[in-house]
Amino acid sequence: MTTTQTTDTLRRILDYSSRPDPYPLYAELRETPVAAQEDGSYVVSTYREIADLLHNPHLSSDVRNLSHPMPTHEGDATPAFINLDPPEHDRLRRMAMRHFGPPHTPGLVAGAEGDLTAIVGTLIDGFAGKEQIDIVDDFAYPFPVSVICHLLGVPREDEPRFHLWVEALVDSIDYNPETDPKEKLENGLQARKDLRRYLGGLLEKRHGRPGDDLLTRMANDDGPDGRMTDEEIVSTANLLLIAGHETTVNLITNGMLTLLRHPQVLRRLREEPDLVVPLVEELLRYEPPVHIIPWRAAYSDITVGDTVIPKGSQIMLMLASGSRDPNRFHEPDRFDPDRRDIQHLGFGSGIHLCFGGPLARLETQIALTALVRHLDGPRLVTDPPPYRRSPILRGPVHLLVEQQAAG
Amino acid sequence: MRVVVDLSRCEGYAQCAFLAPDAFRMHGEEALMYDPAPDDDQRDRVLRAAAACPVQAILVDRLEGREAPVEASRS
Amino acid sequence: MTSADNLQAFKREGRIVIVGASLAGLRAAETLREEGFTGSLTMIGDELGEPYDRPPLSKQVLTGWVAADGTTLPRRRDVDAEWLLGVPASGLDLATNHVRLADGRDIPFDRVLISTGVRARPWFVESEAALDGVFVLRTREHAEGLQRALAAGPSRVLVIGAGFTGSEIASICRERGIEVTVAELAPAPLVGALGAMIGDVAADMQRAHGVDLRCGVKVTRLEGDAQGRFCRAHFDDGSTVDADVAVVALGGIRNTEWLRGSGLAAGVWGIACDTGCRALDLNGLVTDDVFAAGDVARCPNPVYEYRLISLEHWANAVEQAEVAAHNMVNGQADRWPHLTLPVFWSIQFGVNIKSVGVPTFADEVIVSQGSVSDHRFVAVYGYRGRVTAAVSFDNAKWLDHYRKLIETAAPFPPPCPTPDQPADTKPVPVDFPGPQLLAQGATVVVTGHDPGERRVTAAQQHHR
Repeated sequence: MTTTQTTDTLRRILDYSSRPDPYPLYAELRETPVAAQEDGSYVVSTYREIADLLHNPHLSSDVRNLSHPMPTHEGDATPAFINLDPPEHDRLRRMAMRHFGPPHTPGLVAGAEGDLTAIVGTLIDGFAGKEQIDIVDDFAYPFPVSVICHLLGVPREDEPRFHLWVEALVDSIDYNPETDPKEKLENGLQARKDLRRYLGGLLEKRHGRPGDDLLTRMANDDGPDGRMTDEEIVSTANLLLIAGHETTVNLITNGMLTLLRHPQVLRRLREEPDLVVPLVEELLRYEPPVHIIPWRAAYSDITVGDTVIPKGSQIMLMLASGSRDPNRFHEPDRFDPDRRDIQHLGFGSGIHLCFGGPLARLETQIALTALVRHLDGPRLVTDPPPYRRSPILRGPVHLLVEQQAAG
Repeated sequence: MRVVVDLSRCEGYAQCAFLAPDAFRMHGEEALMYDPAPDDDQRDRVLRAAAACPVQAILVDRLEGREAPVEASRS
Repeated sequence: MTSADNLQAFKREGRIVIVGASLAGLRAAETLREEGFTGSLTMIGDELGEPYDRPPLSKQVLTGWVAADGTTLPRRRDVDAEWLLGVPASGLDLATNHVRLADGRDIPFDRVLISTGVRARPWFVESEAALDGVFVLRTREHAEGLQRALAAGPSRVLVIGAGFTGSEIASICRERGIEVTVAELAPAPLVGALGAMIGDVAADMQRAHGVDLRCGVKVTRLEGDAQGRFCRAHFDDGSTVDADVAVVALGGIRNTEWLRGSGLAAGVWGIACDTGCRALDLNGLVTDDVFAAGDVARCPNPVYEYRLISLEHWANAVEQAEVAAHNMVNGQADRWPHLTLPVFWSIQFGVNIKSVGVPTFADEVIVSQGSVSDHRFVAVYGYRGRVTAAVSFDNAKWLDHYRKLIETAAPFPPPCPTPDQPADTKPVPVDFPGPQLLAQGATVVVTGHDPGERRVTAAQQHHR
């Protein structure tokens, strides 16, 4: 395809009207695995090329290595590790990981199973007597938000405040100066500042205090890499709050939607609870919560397949397209929880592999198991459901489900 | 149960050590040590860990409970 | 009958014997069944019990976490084989297609796979090797004995040889709070496999963890007390070390002696094969019905100028087993070459060391990413201007990129910088000690003058 054609395909993917089913457009895009865009950026949509790039040390996550600056760049704020390269990325991720996972805190996620099950139980109790349930508002949103708030040490009751900031912020990630109102960008930048100020306020009170939450532990820990600065802690907490907030909701909701569209799998899951483990992996391939890594930078010239991407270029990685690549997966458009070859890109790959992946998996496994067990003859009210704006963090904004006459 | 990890595939993502910490342990930041014969009460966690491996390096016995794997015979 | 009919008949009711029932043998058996072989399958192994995994023996087992008999390999599928265990093979007759067992039995085959692996090289003085407290580490019985000796709280452990196994054992000793001396003839640990630059890093790690590392020395004598217990080691520089345990970690000996007189190209260097794992005969001609896989096989690798390379690597055993098994039950046109690059790992002193490619096939090395002093880096090896290998210390997530550089013969040193490339990095000579491989002496003699009568015969082989 020509540059004009691929640019047009990408434009249609990003357009809201294709949110319910972007997959045919991904197939179109894959005809040109590494597609130069009219603005000089590159879009990569095939599995092997994406996987190669994610393991390529010349691919930078630092916005400062782009020859054309990003409009959403925050200027002087300390970037979170997701937007840094080694060695800084490695150091900050390692310091945050000390309080979340192995080797320093290995039992946290597995040990949370009981708490997660309890939160899910409470939310499901709330379904009683309702004929219509919104899987998003009544379940898939409040569940991970409660978890991440508790984990980070952010008061749950502040959710209405930071929810607005996170929305504005996520909304601005795919800001396009040519088609979007300037307001969208300004709201996003303001929301970033507000969220940082809010987290900074919480952090101030944690110094010198005991506590098990991540904010307190990061504020008071002296590990082998020393102590994190307040700026670094705020950036890290900011990232974890957004990610813990805006991704798992999609995974759970996409999961329920997929099950409702595959009633035989739903029935099987009810009878074979162990199926949920491979099923969630297939979900991460088939309907992942994060569709696109919107930008990375070529630190030096990068050769992918037959294309040389020049130093400084912006590179967009179409993860969800890669996981549907027929050159990598047999019958990629079929939802098959028994699939054995399942090395998906749902959490990315390489050094930036999703920090919270293990928690997201466990949350989704527990959530879907409970939903299919407790919903009685669930039926989709509208298919497709209404979607959220973002083409990057893609998922329904509401998912209305009717139960059989509730008792 | 029986487990083997292809450590030549392993890139040290530690997903297994999150999900089944009694069977999979990180030795430093990246090196994995694991129990090749975890107790059966670890089964659910080990299966979760195996499914979560980003490089699919964890092999859990596929014969367990279905067939006697070998009839070792002394000559 | 056409050859296709023959092949189908063989797949249906042929007889396959696998000599060597460890990792490679088991994976080959599984692959044969996976590929639809329904004939008879016989597994011959010198150890009793089911196939087990060896890498944990020098790690999880020695720490005391995992029992030595707890590393039985999981199965991918049922192999429906007859297992003849506890008896080594003692001969191979290619005139009548029989494997001779040490107890005198003859096992007939149509095709045979040899995966007899290596055994630990014992201490060279038999009476000293027999002292209580002197160990080698290869089997689970070895691991069980050594683990028990470590658990008894020895005053000091002496590790002879600072290759990967020796270094891993030293690491476990320090983890268990046991004093350890490591004696290495080369100037640094791991230097024979990875060169001087990495050797320095490895030496650094050992000393930082409290290992008494002595390089450039040779252990000349192991001394026992009146009860026949090891108590002291003597070095060639006149010094001594008192210790309760000595671990001889001087590498392995390939189990090929039983093939003497078989007419195969088998010797101390292994069994020469083609990339399809078909064994060569003494004349270097490819055989049809004899295959080899795993530590004992010596295959050419096109990436390394078709040199014959034998590897004691886990993944290599699995991959060769799969290729060999596939080729045993497929016709010439459908055969696979074994072309994967070697990958190796070692866990020591809390660091994950991995390599891809063949680091000994190099003249220069450069640090391309990370920090050597932090023990977090990637080093790239080059030979005459192309990338031939890479080694990572706690940086395994990047290694796949370097695999592709090797496969595409990318230029060395890599021209493009990475964000975490050390500022002052430049290639240094790779510096391997001595021409080790040339030191083993002739193993064959060529005779005859006319092209039709020139033949190779095996020379007398001495093992040490």
